[in-house]
Amino acid sequence: MKKLFVTTALCAALPFGAFAQDKPDTLKVGMTTFLTGSASVFGVPARDAMDLMVASLNEAGGINGVPVEVIYIDEGAGAEALTSEFRRVSGEAEVMLSAISSGNCQTLAPLAEDLQVPNLMWDCGTQRIFEENDYKYVFRTQANATAEMMAAVVYLLKMKPDFQTIAVVNQDYAWGRDSWDIFSTALKAMKPEVEVLGEFFPKFGSPDFSTEISRLQALRPDVILSTSWGGDLDTFVQQAFQRGLMNSSTFVLPLAESSLERLGSSLPAGHVVGARGDHYFLHPERRDDEDFKTFVSDFKESTGSIPIYSVFHAAQALEAMKAAYARAIEENGTDWPTEDQLLAAFEGLEFQAYGRPITLREDNQGIEAQLMGMSVQTGDYPFATLEDIMIFDGAQLLPPVGETSIEWIKGLDASFPDSVEAASYDN
Amino acid sequence: MNLTIFLLALFDGISYAALVFIVALGLTLIFGVMRILNVAHGSLYAIGAYATASLTSYVLALGFAPVLAFPLMLVSAVLVGVLLGGPIEWLLLRRIYNKPEVLQLLVTFAVFMILEDVQRLVWGTQPYFQASALQALGNVTVFGVTYTVYQLILLPVLAVTLLLGLRFFLRHTVIGKLILATTEDREAAQSIGIDADRVFLFTFVVGAVLAGLGGALASPTTSILPGMGADMIVLSFAVIATAGLGQIEGAAITALLIGLGRSFAVYVWPEVAVLVPYLIMVLVLLVRPEGLFGSPVARKI
Repeated sequence: MKKLFVTTALCAALPFGAFAQDKPDTLKVGMTTFLTGSASVFGVPARDAMDLMVASLNEAGGINGVPVEVIYIDEGAGAEALTSEFRRVSGEAEVMLSAISSGNCQTLAPLAEDLQVPNLMWDCGTQRIFEENDYKYVFRTQANATAEMMAAVVYLLKMKPDFQTIAVVNQDYAWGRDSWDIFSTALKAMKPEVEVLGEFFPKFGSPDFSTEISRLQALRPDVILSTSWGGDLDTFVQQAFQRGLMNSSTFVLPLAESSLERLGSSLPAGHVVGARGDHYFLHPERRDDEDFKTFVSDFKESTGSIPIYSVFHAAQALEAMKAAYARAIEENGTDWPTEDQLLAAFEGLEFQAYGRPITLREDNQGIEAQLMGMSVQTGDYPFATLEDIMIFDGAQLLPPVGETSIEWIKGLDASFPDSVEAASYDN
Repeated sequence: MNLTIFLLALFDGISYAALVFIVALGLTLIFGVMRILNVAHGSLYAIGAYATASLTSYVLALGFAPVLAFPLMLVSAVLVGVLLGGPIEWLLLRRIYNKPEVLQLLVTFAVFMILEDVQRLVWGTQPYFQASALQALGNVTVFGVTYTVYQLILLPVLAVTLLLGLRFFLRHTVIGKLILATTEDREAAQSIGIDADRVFLFTFVVGAVLAGLGGALASPTTSILPGMGADMIVLSFAVIATAGLGQIEGAAITALLIGLGRSFAVYVWPEVAVLVPYLIMVLVLLVRPEGLFGSPVARKI
């Protein structure tokens, strides 16, 4: 009986313990990332980077003395498993980081709001989330598809203002369709005379683009856009390269930064490469900084590869979290923030990982600079690197708060590319 | 559509069909003889591709000529057939020939799942690309469109050779006749002294080698990555189901039909290109449930 009484008393006391916001023993963070499936080309490096960064963070004392522990959830396990895992982990985690897939973000953002757990969307691209709904618990620590596609269009128009024809080969799923929607709308607004010669949406994970390549060789477009990634992009570029298509058309590949190393010598000079943000292992504004150099070399040493954009996105989410905790602790003069204090700290937060500083807008959307460049084979690396790099200010590439992307883009005109602020670097 | 575009679509269709046929050939051979739909065929295909890429990269790194990539494909395929196909038949399938078909399907599906994870353990999740074999043969230009000799000429020639070779093997060699006899009536064959177990083991290994060979031949043209086996098993199943399970020549014609359908769709109506193989399958099976070349048979059990 006595035992029961003590247990009951302890249980009753529990909520008060939490209310006082004592420092926890560990700060648990849940992170959804692809550990299986084709998108693990992004998910696995991001997890490796997270392990590396969290280890060095904990070595330096964690966040205000509290070590961080990351619990990973596999996005490749399917939507059902993902949501139940998200529910389970969010029970013990103070902050969630999700997701890579736009579809998963669309599922998990409302769920995080329901569960009242702060969630940082760390890699997914869809611009719809904050345009269609208001969120209190959900923030995005990077740009979105609109800024990424606008950067590609603006760079293309600045570098190749005279092209007349274009064709597109995108993966047949939400990202492939949405990104072409944004890109083609922007092109229509800024250079209406461009003719679209072909639109191809081969199946996601297609092992063969031979027929599309034959067709493109017969059509001879000036520019070929592909927002594909991972194995699809590798296969498409390799097959196009093998068959000489890259000599006759300029490729615009907004996600090719993540494939540079794997493509090796198959990505010849003179094709547009993007990085979903200002992410590049030789970032012209950051490459001489000590923290950047250490991070890149540590990552290379532990994984054998150069860091790609998903790695930098993971770093941004972690930095945003660190910055928010530091701000909440400082502004409230406490040892550990309550959830409300933490959420307040995310509003308008500024933080920096391994690119330019990033700010969170009032609609919780991150403003992230965009880096675009032209591929070149210099011989310094066994793969293509970038030259004629431009870094665009992220704020100008996003619609104003409250406007939807497509409507905003439709209102732009030919003068837009010149109005975007760009820092240029030879390499 | 002018003649040039017609011919271009024809070339693309043929080279695509060649690869699909080589994989479907092993699947339909195994089904024809053993009455087992081997879902693990997709894994053997993927492992054949991975093994070829790894072996080729390793050997070329030692400084050998890229031409060596071709014999290495055969080596990988045989390795896959003997090291994986052999034990699968000997340790697993042999125990379930008399069990319901659903169970057989589930067992090969389980093997498929296990092998998918094995691939991930051994080769990781990053895509591989090893195109030395394809580059060694160079390109050929037809009507201003550049093709690789590998895809335009080598693959179709190999597919036809395999088809004719297998036909000859089954009809004009002793082992081939033993296989046909066992296929016709296993018990009768056993009663006249044919070792049906050995025939089945041999057939399965040959089928597995063909799967591995398909993967090996596909490896220079595509990114090798987790999941490629699943895609291939679905497509080759569509081919052999349309043809009629166990029909070798039928599989060749259906592969061609599906390959051409897909490539013409890319020229005429790209949006439906993905659907074409399955549309063809549905249309054929609606009219002839036993497949284009199949004949209705009594259920096995």
